[in-house]
Amino acid sequence: MGARGRIKDLWREQRLFEQRSIAAVVVVCLLAAVLVARLGWLQVKKHDEYTALAQGNRVRTEPLPAARGAIYDRKGVILAENRPAYQLELVREQVPDLEATLRGLVRIGLLEEESLDAVRRTVRSRRPFDGVPIRLRLDEEDMARFALHRFDFPGVDIRTRLARRYPEGETAVHALGYVGTISEADLERIDREDYAGTSTIGKTGVEYAFEDVLRGKNGAREIMVNAQGRSVERLGSLQTALRNRPGRPGADLFLTLDLEVQRVAEQLVRGQRAAVVALDPRNGDVITLVSTPGFDPNGFARGLTRAEFAALNESIDRPLFNRALRGTYPPGSTIKPVVALAGLEYGVTTPDTAIACQGWFSLPGSSHRFRDWRRSGHGRVSMEQAVAQSCDVYFYDLARDLGVQRLHDFLARFGLGAPTGIDIGGERSGILPSPEWKKGAFKRASQQVWFPGETVIFGIGQGYMTSTPLQLAHMTAVLAMRGENYRPRLVRALRDPATQTVTSIPPAPLPSATVADASHWDEAIGSMVAVMQGGTASRSALGAPYSIAGKTGTAQVFTVAQNARYDESTISERLRDHAWFIAFAPVEDPRIAVAVLVENGRSGSGTAAPIARAVMDAYLLRQFPPPPGEDGAVAVPPAVVGGGE
Amino acid sequence: MIREEVDGTARRTLTRTAQLLSALRLDGPLLVGLALIALYGQIVLYSSSGGDWDAVARGTTRLAIGAALMLVCAQLKPGFLRRISPWLYILGFVLLVIVDLVGYIGKGAQRWLDLGFVRFQPSEIMKLAVPMACAWYLHERPLPPDWRTLLALAAMILLPTALTIVQPDLGTGLLILMAGALVVLFAGLRVWIIGLLGVASAAAAWGGWYLLHDYQRQRVLTFLDPQADPLGAGYHIIQSTIAIGSGGVTGKGFLRGSQGQLEFLPERTTDFVFAVIGEEFGLLGALLLIGLYLFVVLRALHLATQMRDTFARLLSGSLASIFFVYVFINAGMVSGLLPVVGVPLPLVSYGGTSMVTLLAGFGMLMSLHANRKLAA
Repeated sequence: MGARGRIKDLWREQRLFEQRSIAAVVVVCLLAAVLVARLGWLQVKKHDEYTALAQGNRVRTEPLPAARGAIYDRKGVILAENRPAYQLELVREQVPDLEATLRGLVRIGLLEEESLDAVRRTVRSRRPFDGVPIRLRLDEEDMARFALHRFDFPGVDIRTRLARRYPEGETAVHALGYVGTISEADLERIDREDYAGTSTIGKTGVEYAFEDVLRGKNGAREIMVNAQGRSVERLGSLQTALRNRPGRPGADLFLTLDLEVQRVAEQLVRGQRAAVVALDPRNGDVITLVSTPGFDPNGFARGLTRAEFAALNESIDRPLFNRALRGTYPPGSTIKPVVALAGLEYGVTTPDTAIACQGWFSLPGSSHRFRDWRRSGHGRVSMEQAVAQSCDVYFYDLARDLGVQRLHDFLARFGLGAPTGIDIGGERSGILPSPEWKKGAFKRASQQVWFPGETVIFGIGQGYMTSTPLQLAHMTAVLAMRGENYRPRLVRALRDPATQTVTSIPPAPLPSATVADASHWDEAIGSMVAVMQGGTASRSALGAPYSIAGKTGTAQVFTVAQNARYDESTISERLRDHAWFIAFAPVEDPRIAVAVLVENGRSGSGTAAPIARAVMDAYLLRQFPPPPGEDGAVAVPPAVVGGGE
Repeated sequence: MIREEVDGTARRTLTRTAQLLSALRLDGPLLVGLALIALYGQIVLYSSSGGDWDAVARGTTRLAIGAALMLVCAQLKPGFLRRISPWLYILGFVLLVIVDLVGYIGKGAQRWLDLGFVRFQPSEIMKLAVPMACAWYLHERPLPPDWRTLLALAAMILLPTALTIVQPDLGTGLLILMAGALVVLFAGLRVWIIGLLGVASAAAAWGGWYLLHDYQRQRVLTFLDPQADPLGAGYHIIQSTIAIGSGGVTGKGFLRGSQGQLEFLPERTTDFVFAVIGEEFGLLGALLLIGLYLFVVLRALHLATQMRDTFARLLSGSLASIFFVYVFINAGMVSGLLPVVGVPLPLVSYGGTSMVTLLAGFGMLMSLHANRKLAA
């Protein structure tokens, strides 16, 4: 290099240093320019993008559950409302150890060991940052106990939420339905967005069928969260840009139910397995819908324990079963007025054609005797007498003459064998048999044949035929209105909670049941009036200031052998006949049509008819039986009710 | 000649403050620049710490210690500084070896030396000792340096750099390397050698890729594409670029940066404080800070060019430039230009001893300038 031996040249070194300093300044300025360019890229060019990212970081949308609509009876008495309730909620992502937390909660008695599986599933099915209710309706003691251990359970807190409350308890539960905890099955059919922030869903009845209307639309609130996902309220300076989207509370419903009449009906059948359905025949309004035994829907809204649910679900009396809509029973003699009408319609008989009833009926070439309920027979009976006395032989004869197909077709006009279309759904169709039906219902060819004898018992509503109490009430209403037909309904109006405007739902007319000669209605209805005047149910019409048309019926639970006699004293209670009664009133201007079924009630006239009478008195006269005694039991056990057809 | 006249004029109009500064061997403009940066830093610290006055108090205390040390260093005579340089280097080197050995025996990362009453990082000494020793070594030798000198300098610089990097402390190691290299650059390292070194280091980087551990490669990859691992290694860069980008031109306002206030931004009081500035004060706030830094660097370089002896010039040039290296590495890392290495933002990042070291360095620079007329 030749550097060896060089001496320092101070002036040259000074210049060299100055050159290098200038180079350093240039490099520093270049690097500073690079930085500034980078900042400009981030803060000017990409600003919007990063603003959105920062916003997404800090803002989380929290659902604002809409208040569920209230439910009122036809007079505005509240049947379902929302009340604040305290519940234990868990946010999964804030819980360090889910298992330990759940076990801890069991240890301090806030959760049950048996419910852990369900809780675990619910927690896992929800989004990790949503609060999941793991225990509903805490009482004061629970809250105190939790408060004591609060710091052992990060991610678990007490929240106030609106909870469903049914102030009338069991009353009308099978019409109202209830809300319960959203199940996994529910989750498969709902949009989870709609249920964010709520834990219950309508399970049956009006609560189920009008779920979408009652639920309303959830709002949303943007909350600010920090990097740990915790909501931060204290940093007020950052909250200005947060948006709130208000929800829309659910609509209030006005039912057609008359709570006072409902109470009367329930009081009368308390302690029995029974169903009462009362319709306003002029528009299909359901005045009363009873199925006993019932249950307290508040239990479901609160969250039943496993044991409580098992008790309800496994009870032999099946309190959860809606007998009014889903109980299918042979309609028995209650269809006789319609069968009579069919006879007239098809010209098979006339009102005055009389037959001789000697207590039994048999088909030609058969020794099988179809017995009348009165073993001695009714003697010579015309149509009116046959209905009034419920002569079976008359209708065996008429059914044979009509044939199964005409019988089927005519009864179908009254809605039998098909759902009535009641607005809460869940009803069953029952069976309106026909040869065609039989082909579909049985597998073996030998069973698919329709036998003539089956037509005979079809005429008195026995055999394959089954109907629900609702169907029979509907049939009665159609009879009362001389063919005018309305779809039964429980909800008559909606009220928008924001504007308070009430929107009435117009009655839904169904195709009328037409007959060729309108005077035949008079014959059929007249025969039902005769039932109440000197007929099988005349005792139940005593003293009524309005005219009643009715029909008793019994449905066999158990087939009596050919040579045996139905002797109730030898038959266990649950094999006794079911008691039916249908009626409408006033005859000239029908305002109520009732069907009463008492399981194993034995006697339509003795058991079912007085209940119908009391319901009609309550509705038409606003006369109410005395309130139940101290213990709430007023109804007489069915076995003690005397009389019989 | 012209400069002499200006100085003369200025001397006649000395105010009392200037007289005081002169007596304390301090440079007024440089001091003001540093003070403004420190003040800015304390304001930002209040926000980034979540309104924690205690943090601000501790930061101010540390600043005061640094300022005191700067004042002390400013009083040291240039000759004394030059004479202690090799000894300081040897002391630092020995301590570095001890720290590494303790770390090796204890099988753990080791940066600190605990002297009972105070813990300090020997590598922090080397940030000053390496450029001092290099300047000392070059002081008597003709410039530009010859090969033998360069080899000796390379050894002087690379040994402590390597000892620091294995601690492991890549950030400080790089700063030591840069501090030494800057001395050599100011000493007039020939341009073709600089070019050769550039090519060589590029080749080394290419070859080094195959020598890296998987996790080290991962770190590099994360820098190149932070989104590849958004919640892991890429988290820092993503959150800091979001903070800066969302700040926009004017920023979200003091205490209103959601990224910082809501703790999305990691290490927001220390290495990533620049993101808080970008978020809350925007491009304008960042430009103000960069402008202050530039002023300090340019002023310091200007002071260096006025010096008469080699040791003073080379050391001052290095101390001035290294200040900007801090700024560029830190701001570049926070804004996603450079990979994440632990280099603080000078005088603004909270904690650490680098602020004290930096201020001590500026104290020396002021001493060297104040005493520039003295024959070495």
